[in-house]
Amino acid sequence: MSAPTVLHRPSPARLRAFPVRRLPSWTTAVVIVAALAAYPLVFADSAAHNIGILALTFGIAATGWNLLGGYAGQVSFGHALYFGTGAYTTALLVRDGWSPWLAIALSLPLAALFAAAVGWPCFRLRHHYYSIATIAVAEIVFILVTNLPGLGQANGWELPVVEPSLANLQFSLLDKRPYYYVALGFFCVAALAVWLFLRGRAGNYVRAIRDDQVAAAAVGIDVHRYKLAAAALSGAITALAGGFYVMYVLFVDPPSGLGLDLSVSFTLMAVLGGVGRFWGPLLGAWVLVFVQDLTRQEFSGSGRSVDLLLYGALIVLVSITEPGGLLAILQRLWAPVARRLGRASRTETDPEPVESAEVKA
Amino acid sequence: MLTVSDLHVDYAGVVALRGVDLRVEPGELVALVGANGAGKSTLLAAVSGLHRPVRGTVTFLDEEVGRLPAYRIARRGAVLVPEGRRLFGHQTVLQNLLLGGYHRTSAEREADLSRVYELFPILAERSGQRAGTLSGGEQQMVALGRALMSRPKLLMLDEPSLGISPKFTRMIFEVLAEIRRAGTTILLVEQNLRAALELADRAYVLQTGEVVMSGPADELASSDEVRRSYLGL
Repeated sequence: MSAPTVLHRPSPARLRAFPVRRLPSWTTAVVIVAALAAYPLVFADSAAHNIGILALTFGIAATGWNLLGGYAGQVSFGHALYFGTGAYTTALLVRDGWSPWLAIALSLPLAALFAAAVGWPCFRLRHHYYSIATIAVAEIVFILVTNLPGLGQANGWELPVVEPSLANLQFSLLDKRPYYYVALGFFCVAALAVWLFLRGRAGNYVRAIRDDQVAAAAVGIDVHRYKLAAAALSGAITALAGGFYVMYVLFVDPPSGLGLDLSVSFTLMAVLGGVGRFWGPLLGAWVLVFVQDLTRQEFSGSGRSVDLLLYGALIVLVSITEPGGLLAILQRLWAPVARRLGRASRTETDPEPVESAEVKA
Repeated sequence: MLTVSDLHVDYAGVVALRGVDLRVEPGELVALVGANGAGKSTLLAAVSGLHRPVRGTVTFLDEEVGRLPAYRIARRGAVLVPEGRRLFGHQTVLQNLLLGGYHRTSAEREADLSRVYELFPILAERSGQRAGTLSGGEQQMVALGRALMSRPKLLMLDEPSLGISPKFTRMIFEVLAEIRRAGTTILLVEQNLRAALELADRAYVLQTGEVVMSGPADELASSDEVRRSYLGL
């Protein structure tokens, strides 16, 4: 058999570029972070700052969830456990007089360890059996914390109010912007960690595991190990959100730190924004926190259930029109604009085509 | 190279293999044939570590691998092209191929990628396309290429011609012959008995979980029983 002609053999440069191509470009990241940084300057009132802080906090948690649930395809409904690990560890240590920064930093490896410990038996289950097992584990911890003495039981813990400073991670409630910028900083750290994980070999492996676990094992991928790695990082990032959250509200009890509805909301945010898309969970978190705030203002205390109705409607709408989430809808709307911009700029200077809209951000 | 002895495997509570013995020598192409449900796929799954045997041993390159997880068997060089191709459908052709060879150095990977593109030029054209959008025949090429990317010592194929046009089947079989000439040992499960026996050195006939016949492929092809039961002659 003679060697046939190869028409388009990819160059080594293209090979190297391949893991990165499916991740957001630096340009997209800079634009998004710049917009986030400008937000509290544009919207000056305290309520808007509060929305931003909560959106970024839950954005961190949902981005952590997305690594395991979206990219690795292991849909967890127990991520409140890791959020709670961050919140409770931070609260415990800060009440003992520790620096909140150190307390949060210590909670991350602890949550990673918990996530790996939960994953070790649960990853032997597949699909929805895995999801159900994660609910069970998180609920067991919820019940234990509610009933065992030593962790505040059902009353929860309050954190002492101390002098406002960056070192104490407490600021004046008259101006919440410092909280916002700390949350933004934490979000950038979380996003960078996920990006670094995904751009390497591990990222390609977890995507392969999501697509077909048996085939992944058949080509030599240690499926269990890479699921555990994704779970550990995912748990640590979710704990980061929990640790910051408890420093912001200075209170944690089982429903606010470990509740099932918390786990469900991380999933909802990712699904609404775009599951398996880098910026999807952040977008979902902003939308959900905004809707929550709006309904609570409009309907006061009874707004609690109205926001859930709206979430439900949004999820139905998204799954019917575009399972890729709001981000996919936005990208679809943006694509013709980007093409036109690309054409316009090429006629002027002939640079590279505009790529951001095509990137699966 | 591969020795299976007294292998018993249960599949979903049913006995799928009972006391199977099989040998594959280096450089051979051995076919595994039999009716649906005879246990051919189960045997490949057990050898590649996807199913754990109840009893018996699987020895690959003088090492017992019967209880090893699938990924470690694959890394030792016994690689399965699973039934139904099972590509990573959301990823491109190139990404699928590279995933087959990620545990090797990048220089080895690039050399193997060129080799796969020489065997299947159409994959070079389609390298940026999502694997899930390819035709069945092209998907089978990706599945085979992905396995070749890990430079297997023993390549196991489960029904590579299933659901594929005769043209693509012929192409796949030509490539198998080529790979074998280059020194790779092949264990082939195939329902297209005539094609399998033409290609193979030796063959085993499985029936309800047991080996009922084995021998040189040309002898089996001319045996009355095989002609009557499987070739309809």
